[in-house]
Amino acid sequence: IQLLHGTTTLAFKFQHGVVVAVDSRASAGNYIDTLEANKVIEINPYLLGTMAGSAADCQHWERLLAKHCRLYALRNKERISVSAASKLLANMLGEYRGMGLSVGSMICGWDKKGPGLYYVDDNGTRLSGPMFSTGCGNTYAYGVLDSGYRPDLTVEEAYALARRAIAQATHRDAYSGGVVNMYHMKEDGWIKVERTDVSDVIHKSLEARQ
Amino acid sequence: MATRYDRAITVFSPDGHLFQVEYAQEAVKKGSTAVGIRGLDIVVLGVEKKSVAKLQEERTVRKICALDDHVCMAFAGLTADARIVINRARVECQSHKLTVEDPVTVEYITRYIATLKQRYTQSNGRRPFGISALIVGFDDDGSPRLYQTDPSGTYHSWKANAIGRNAKAVREFLEKNYKEEAIATDRETIKLAVRALLEVVQSGGKNIELAIIRRNQPLQIFSAKDIESQVAEIEKEKEESEKKKKKSI
Repeated sequence: IQLLHGTTTLAFKFQHGVVVAVDSRASAGNYIDTLEANKVIEINPYLLGTMAGSAADCQHWERLLAKHCRLYALRNKERISVSAASKLLANMLGEYRGMGLSVGSMICGWDKKGPGLYYVDDNGTRLSGPMFSTGCGNTYAYGVLDSGYRPDLTVEEAYALARRAIAQATHRDAYSGGVVNMYHMKEDGWIKVERTDVSDVIHKSLEARQ
Repeated sequence: MATRYDRAITVFSPDGHLFQVEYAQEAVKKGSTAVGIRGLDIVVLGVEKKSVAKLQEERTVRKICALDDHVCMAFAGLTADARIVINRARVECQSHKLTVEDPVTVEYITRYIATLKQRYTQSNGRRPFGISALIVGFDDDGSPRLYQTDPSGTYHSWKANAIGRNAKAVREFLEKNYKEEAIATDRETIKLAVRALLEVVQSGGKNIELAIIRRNQPLQIFSAKDIESQVAEIEKEKEESEKKKKKSI
């Protein structure tokens, strides 16, 4: 079954931590199921997971991941590392390889080793990297990100880049839209930066160009 | 009364004992002495080596085993049981590295071994492991650790401890002599371990096995020669302190 991964999500590391931005459209074929879906799961104050693919699969497995992360912290008296959390998810998904799960997730956090960003998907792939974008709008997002990214961005520049990348992806991708939900992962935990309607972003950038 | 509650270890006796566990602890008390000391930058394990029969080939160390690059353990009790526990612990060290991408902390692997031992006190048709273990090593953050487990599945952190035959005598020696000056340097810590063992081991150096781990370095097992030189140094110090005492009288 070729499920359409109707989403755009992105995350990138820079000098001030990790910025995570997602759209909010949940589509079922040509029907927009949910205008404002929540595609970021707040696992704990230092761990976030994004969801792309099948909404049900993502929600189920990432919530299960949250449960395991909590048990780890209780048993070991310290928070789970980002690499361990992403490994747990990758192993869970890997067991169901070939059975039709559809999950494209980014696990972001800040642990003893610093800011962490991993891409995990239903094939069992698990990659660490400075920048990822998932979902069928990812190509459009990469276009904006790649042309604007520098590791030494200021916080405001990073927010603007992430916001623009999601907005432009929703502009061209039919299966992405709604609002941009943006988070910033810092050393002392994540903050929710904003929830911005994509049409506002597009109109503002058009006005700026006039 | 006791005979009726020996059989299945899943059964408590009327006065709240698990007799099989207590009998396992007796087996441990019959095993050769092992001592562990936690220094500042070093952890030391020493065991009493039983004399080897004439026709037996001498293997250097059987009782001190590495669990991973940064953790090792010594045991007292049934050697065969220890082999099983050590193997499971070694596998768990690697499993942990695979799933968590970090080496185990000494506390984690101790907890794993203790949980394993406890499971065998609550299963049908199985008897507890007849060993106590001293687990030493360094955590990722550089802190030295020493833990002791026993057949019931409990574990505790120690600054210095002894298990096996004569453990009480060695522990009393350690309680008297474990001071800041005694563990100030690596050499002093090693000497303290040897002195503690010499309290209860007959015929001195050739019946001692010694191993150390220094921070960020793998397990180092002392050769017979090195042990002899440690013992000789200690004997010399003892003589000199006796001479001083005589002079002052």
